[in-house]
Amino acid sequence: MRTRPAQNTAATPHWRRARAVQRVAFVALGLSTGLVAVTSLVVVGIILARGAGGLSWEFLTAMPAKGMRAGGIFPAIVGTLELVGLTIAFALPMGVASAIYLTEYAADTWVTRLVRLAIVNLSGVPSVVYGLFGLGLFVIFCRFGTSLLAGALTLAIMTLPVIITASEEALRSVPMSFREVSHSLGASRWQTVRHTVLPLAVPGIMTGTILGISRAAGETAPILFTVAAFYLPRLPQSVFDQAMVLPYHLYVISTQIPNIPQTQRYGTALVLVLLVLALNLSAVVLRARFRRRRQW
Amino acid sequence: MSAVSDAGTPPVLEVHDLNLWYGDFHALKQIHMVIQACQVTALIGPSGCGKSTLLRCFNRMNDLIESARVSGRILLDGRDIRDPLVPLVTLRKRVGMVFQRPNPFPLSVFENVAFGARVHALAARTGMAEIVERSLHAVGLWDTLKDRLRHSALGLSLEQQQRLCIARLVAVQPDVLLMDEPCSALDPIATGKVEELIRALKARYTIVVVTHNMQQAARISDYTGFLFLGEMVEFGPTGALFTNPRDPRTEAYITGRFG
Ligand SMILES: Nc1ncnc2c1ncn2[C@@H]1O[C@H](COP(=O)(O)OP(=O)(O)OP(=O)(O)O)[C@@H](O)[C@H]1O
Ligand SMILES: [Mg+2]
Repeated sequence: MRTRPAQNTAATPHWRRARAVQRVAFVALGLSTGLVAVTSLVVVGIILARGAGGLSWEFLTAMPAKGMRAGGIFPAIVGTLELVGLTIAFALPMGVASAIYLTEYAADTWVTRLVRLAIVNLSGVPSVVYGLFGLGLFVIFCRFGTSLLAGALTLAIMTLPVIITASEEALRSVPMSFREVSHSLGASRWQTVRHTVLPLAVPGIMTGTILGISRAAGETAPILFTVAAFYLPRLPQSVFDQAMVLPYHLYVISTQIPNIPQTQRYGTALVLVLLVLALNLSAVVLRARFRRRRQW
Repeated sequence: MSAVSDAGTPPVLEVHDLNLWYGDFHALKQIHMVIQACQVTALIGPSGCGKSTLLRCFNRMNDLIESARVSGRILLDGRDIRDPLVPLVTLRKRVGMVFQRPNPFPLSVFENVAFGARVHALAARTGMAEIVERSLHAVGLWDTLKDRLRHSALGLSLEQQQRLCIARLVAVQPDVLLMDEPCSALDPIATGKVEELIRALKARYTIVVVTHNMQQAARISDYTGFLFLGEMVEFGPTGALFTNPRDPRTEAYITGRFG
């Protein structure tokens, strides 16, 4: 957009200064971006380099052996998947329901503002506090004991703010005109939400949910007191059983047990990273496909 | 103004002492009018005079606007539309709306037309195909679209989209069609075709249409109301209003001196 006025001012010191500042800003921004990329590549690279050797079919499907110094991490993988599945089962309906209520039903009063404030606060609570909260409420008070159930509920509460925020955003991005038409055709508020708004918001909701869950899947603190078992000789039989989970297993074999082969540790880390990466990737793919399909 | 038309049939809609405020803004002032069955009634007036607001009163779409407050009565077949015994859903099923911008759902042609019918459970699944066919026939889209029912409605031309929106409305079997500048997003040829459709629909539906275009009002309507600054300045048979306006403001408007 170099039009005449710009050329006229090209020679002034003010303009030269502005250009210099812009150069510096570009370099700074570029460096920061580069640093982010490099850091994540280095982290993944190191884990890949040291863990790939340990990765084998047996490592993925066998029970741990020799005090977890050998064998596989099968129970930790299963435990993580079960925990994540259960977390979604609790968090998704509750999060979506809250988002629907907040965007489609609730008037803008001080009560709803308070609820929103609470949600924002909830997302700022450190994960170890969730762990203690889960211990107090689910493990002890509700008498679920250290169990998949208690852990999933704790993780669900931790992911709720993410799911609610993402769902609210997805619901709000559905144009008002669709709601109007739906109402004008005699649809009730619920029918409008159920048949018009929600279907259009599903991709956004799923993306947000997956990102929230993938974050939770890698957390150690909230599961430390609520589900995680040091070592279990068998897989959990019900939601009231303890389970081995990847992040905690990694913590245990990295800090609590001496003389563990490096491949064992980095192999576990690699599996955990791949799991989270796969979740994030599916969210990205989902979002991209949704963008392409959206036409209003 | 008599509540009974020349033919002696009672009007479909009667408006008495209607006032509407958006917050402190008095948008509709003491509106009186009657709308006859199977006639086209046009609402004209300069931008911001309250045409859309009045139209939206007829199916209570203003309920969705928090700041809007209404007084007065609107009778549908002699019954107050705000009668707590008449559910809003029933009112909106009988009095439906076509919007300014064609706004089909991002669904297939079939699902668009079926939407309202599903909401009101008008058909078991077997009957839905028939409802869709009948509704598309009514708006002259069946022959063009019968092989494209599963295609997205967003791929249609604007004119087809607007027709589809009318079909979607017709599918819920309403009595009154409210149209808010239904042609303003269309080119002249498409406009002509939609006007033709409106005239054809008159045989079966009572139609209230808002328009900016006085020629359009003259072409398609039997009655015309001229709104100005929230007041119904003049209301009467279209021919009389255009050839022999009683109020100087109406005359000024239709001769193009303002608006
Ligand atoms: N939701 C609202 N809140 C506050 N004021 C509103 C609202 N909707 C409309 N108004 C005001 O009410 C008046 C009438 O609006 P309305 O949309 O009915 O006019 P209109 O005759 O349909 O105009 P146009 O020809 O531009 O569509 C305008 O002055 C407008 O600014
Ligand atoms: Mg308008």
